[in-house]
Amino acid sequence: MIKAKPVYLKHEVSPRDRIMGFVFLLLGLFVLLVFNRHFSADTVTTFAMTPGGITRGMMSDWLIQTNRTLWICGILLFLIGAYQFVFGFGRRSNLILILVSLIFVFAFTVYVAANKMLNLAGLLASALSMAVPIILGGFCGILCERAGVVNIAIEGMMLMGAMLGSVVGSTTKNIWLGLAAAMLGGGILALVHAWLSIKYKINQIVSGTVINIFSTGMTSYISSMYLQNFPNLNKTPRFPSVAIPGLADIPFIGPIIFDNSLFVYGMFLLLILLQFGLFKTRWGLRLRAVGEHPKAADTLGINVFKTRYMAVILGGLLAGFAGAYFSLGSVGRFDEGMTSGKGFIGLAAMIFGNWIPFRTMLAGILFGFADSLSSSVSILGSSIPGQFINMLPYLVTIVVLAGVVGSSSGPAASGTPYEKE
Amino acid sequence: MSALEKDSEQKKNEAKQAGEIFLQELSRKPSNDSSFFSKLWSAIQIPFLAIFSGLFLGALIIVFTSPDVYEAFSKGLGTGLKAVFSVVGNAYGALFAGAFGSPSKIMEALRTGEKIDRVFKPISQSLVETTPYLLSGLALALGFRAVVFNVGGEGQIYVGGTAAAFVGFAFADLPRAIHLPLSVLVGIIAGGIWGFIPGWLKAKTGSHEVINTIMLNYIALRLVEFLLTGPMTKAGSGGMPISNSVQESAKIPLIFKKPLTLHWGFLFALLMAVLIWFFLFKTKWGFNLQMAGANKHAAKYAGLNIGIWTVLGMTISGALNGLCGANQVLGVTYTMGLGVSAGYGFDSIALALLANNNPLGCILSALLFGLLRTGSRNMMSNTGIPLDIVSIVQAFILMFIAAPAIIRTVYHLRAKKTQAPAAVNVSGWGGK
Repeated sequence: MIKAKPVYLKHEVSPRDRIMGFVFLLLGLFVLLVFNRHFSADTVTTFAMTPGGITRGMMSDWLIQTNRTLWICGILLFLIGAYQFVFGFGRRSNLILILVSLIFVFAFTVYVAANKMLNLAGLLASALSMAVPIILGGFCGILCERAGVVNIAIEGMMLMGAMLGSVVGSTTKNIWLGLAAAMLGGGILALVHAWLSIKYKINQIVSGTVINIFSTGMTSYISSMYLQNFPNLNKTPRFPSVAIPGLADIPFIGPIIFDNSLFVYGMFLLLILLQFGLFKTRWGLRLRAVGEHPKAADTLGINVFKTRYMAVILGGLLAGFAGAYFSLGSVGRFDEGMTSGKGFIGLAAMIFGNWIPFRTMLAGILFGFADSLSSSVSILGSSIPGQFINMLPYLVTIVVLAGVVGSSSGPAASGTPYEKE
Repeated sequence: MSALEKDSEQKKNEAKQAGEIFLQELSRKPSNDSSFFSKLWSAIQIPFLAIFSGLFLGALIIVFTSPDVYEAFSKGLGTGLKAVFSVVGNAYGALFAGAFGSPSKIMEALRTGEKIDRVFKPISQSLVETTPYLLSGLALALGFRAVVFNVGGEGQIYVGGTAAAFVGFAFADLPRAIHLPLSVLVGIIAGGIWGFIPGWLKAKTGSHEVINTIMLNYIALRLVEFLLTGPMTKAGSGGMPISNSVQESAKIPLIFKKPLTLHWGFLFALLMAVLIWFFLFKTKWGFNLQMAGANKHAAKYAGLNIGIWTVLGMTISGALNGLCGANQVLGVTYTMGLGVSAGYGFDSIALALLANNNPLGCILSALLFGLLRTGSRNMMSNTGIPLDIVSIVQAFILMFIAAPAIIRTVYHLRAKKTQAPAAVNVSGWGGK
């Protein structure tokens, strides 16, 4: 049933905008009253602008006068909030929301690191690397759901990929074979998911749960049966960081983006491929048609089942790649449950990013930033517990899904099995 | 007739038809043309064969990952096959002995009257392990009946357990008759709130409960982690996420003496199963709950407010999971830690579907899961096969239950005429 949305004229302010404006006002007050409570005029926040252990693309530290900066941030937030509340930014609301979030997060870091030093570049670099599996998981979700198959098994596929990558990488001492095995593992689980949900038309959440339980059990089984007894099976070489000549020497940005392992570059490459493929090619149009209206797509001669199989398996390969990041890209071994819910956050990033690869990447980076910020905050010994910062991405996802901030609408036929008549 | 009127006319007809089908389904008389046993067999064949196939595939995995088997096959085919049977026999034998106790020792003890408590320890432990599965399984089954998919069991168990633990240790000098029920009640309420949130969001905004419950799982995990390392932490635990022990007056008493850990929570869970069954099938509310989920149009024409029933279904489901958490904390661990839920929230999806979402059936499938889990510990210590094999078996069981067509193909069974509809289909994640 379609409920008609109230239409607001240009000069009117919708209740949603008013709520947003009110929240912005509160954030401004929060910065002014809570963050900027007891800093004298000569308090200084120091941001280091080069990640630790990096020798190229150096940049000198950034000294910020805490008190004055917090005043500016707070007043800025307050003014934006007031304008939003009274006049409303209309269609630019979402852009303003991002701006406000950035200002608030900046104010927060300035407050947390007052009188101390925070490595801003290190923070961003680790945010990016923590975001990689989330973003890749989100891409997996996009591929599957754009074709009409809900995939909550991303977590399980990643876990299997991480385990296989580590085992094959350790036995062959070849990282590329390890990567191939990881992707294959994810792909095979995806094939099972596709088979269960497309051929047998079972509930796709149940099918995903089957794979998650199986994968958690299987990887833990192999781990405690073999990997713990034979440490040589679980000691894989890792993908090294490769600095891109020239670009890596750019101050600040260079060491953060252009001095990373294959996974970060792969993620950017996949982003471009996926964004272009989904929205600018015939392949993408067909895939989306199958996810939006399979019957119409079928009438036009697109093979719905084949398209769905293809999308889910490609998604599985992606999830396997994301899993390889944990063992082959990050620590060089497999630990039980090492994906720690990143697959589910990937799903959240997908929703937050409105099923669009580029936005999903931004959401993933935001979630990765929350992760790395929470660990920095606990190192700095702030009074705000890191767990609450960790909680934010999940809260934001719920809020976004509820339609309070922005709007999210997935592919129409996502989750429904297709019956050919 | 305008397109809009046509549309509403069509919807009306659909609703009418759906309502008739629903009534037919409810008033369908059992056919009398087959004997009792064939009827019984047709009712249990799918679950039975699913369990059997799951155990069989589990055995295959044990065989294929056992170094002994490969070694034996290198000596010859005969020794190899012998090794296959002995590896599987040992593993499942140890599983059985760990779950039930050894039959010969039980007979011996019953005859001589000695060490009676010792020989019944495994079965008592299995029943202790059955309890959380049963409670969480009931939560899922009730949810499925109301057509909400509660994947948030883990989070609800966490908050329920934490709340119960807090009341359990924070109030001293209360008589047990007040302290224990109060702790349990607070656990139930906490779990209920954690279930209410996604239910309310679904009813109000249409956002799908699956993704919301997953998110709430992580929020609960972080929240509980914060509470257990911060305000609720045990003195001198050195930053480990563990709470103070609950007071003696808040512990669920044991049924027997000490080596037998079976506590009254088990019987309470059985009672809950009967209550939920009664609620679902013998009361008007239970009927409404199921109808609101099963057929929105019919329910709307019957004058039900679907949103309220969705919220109610999620809330009761969450409350049962909260009870599960409280039961674990007050009856088993006596302290809240992050290990309080060993995946009950997810495993019980399989459990509920295995029981066809029937609360009384949940007792049997919870028993199976409890026996498997307890037996697997013995299997691990005796044969070195990791207890994670149980998760793998459970995954297979869930797969076969959810896709009975696989079972029918493998065992050449005829399809039943009336097929139960799939529990819940996700159609998008909702949102406005």
